[in-house]
Amino acid sequence: METIIAFVILMALGFFVGSYIEKQHFNDLRDREYRTRHLPVINIGAKTPIPEVDRARLFVGSVVISSDYFKTFVASMINLFGGRITTYETLLERGRREAVLRMKEEAIKWGAQQVINVRLETAEMGGQNGGGIIALEILAYGTGVQ
Amino acid sequence: MTARPPLSRSSGMILTTLEGVPGHTIVKHLGLVQGSTVRAKNVGKDILAGLKNLVGGELKGYTELLQEARHEATQRMMHEASQKGANAVVNIRYATSSLAQGAAELFVYGTAVQID
Repeated sequence: METIIAFVILMALGFFVGSYIEKQHFNDLRDREYRTRHLPVINIGAKTPIPEVDRARLFVGSVVISSDYFKTFVASMINLFGGRITTYETLLERGRREAVLRMKEEAIKWGAQQVINVRLETAEMGGQNGGGIIALEILAYGTGVQ
Repeated sequence: MTARPPLSRSSGMILTTLEGVPGHTIVKHLGLVQGSTVRAKNVGKDILAGLKNLVGGELKGYTELLQEARHEATQRMMHEASQKGANAVVNIRYATSSLAQGAAELFVYGTAVQID
């Protein structure tokens, strides 16, 4: 009985608090993306010469993002039957947008005109049996130019 | 860990993900340089992360840990480059791999060059 109650509480906590945090995060992302929209981010530039540029610097943005109890449970259920795990799709989207934004904000502080040759990288933190923690690190790096 | 100096500003070394340095020409290639560090998460952070894992969101402790580790890896790469007499590192790439449960390797590599 107690296990069921604990499970229900954790699910409710994960669902309500988790969706609240996610909603806040999406609002925050939209806001910051709007504010940094003047800075172009492209992932070419390694072989294509970029004209009128005389200074360059490396910028890195990273974030570790974790799933909530509800998402993890839903994902493990979907895992039985297969199909799209939509709960993780939003998670990765949030992480990726956040990482790119952090890189852009750093570049804007320095006074970059654009960020070129951007690369994105994802790494899993929790491990296959890392105590059930689902945590992903997302890294965005590129060269800011003036 | 001592206070960390800002990247690239400390030594005047230029780091880019491009194949060259804008506004300069490469006079000499000095070969591949790399830096890596293996970090374990600590138990305190693990417990906090476990709690945060119930509600989701960013795990700030881990973000900082990895940023610090990546900074160290980059410092090592820059150190190797300066020993070779380089003043810039081009075509930099980062990679991460989780070695064992709770430990991650952060790896950075690039080509050391001399620019005019």
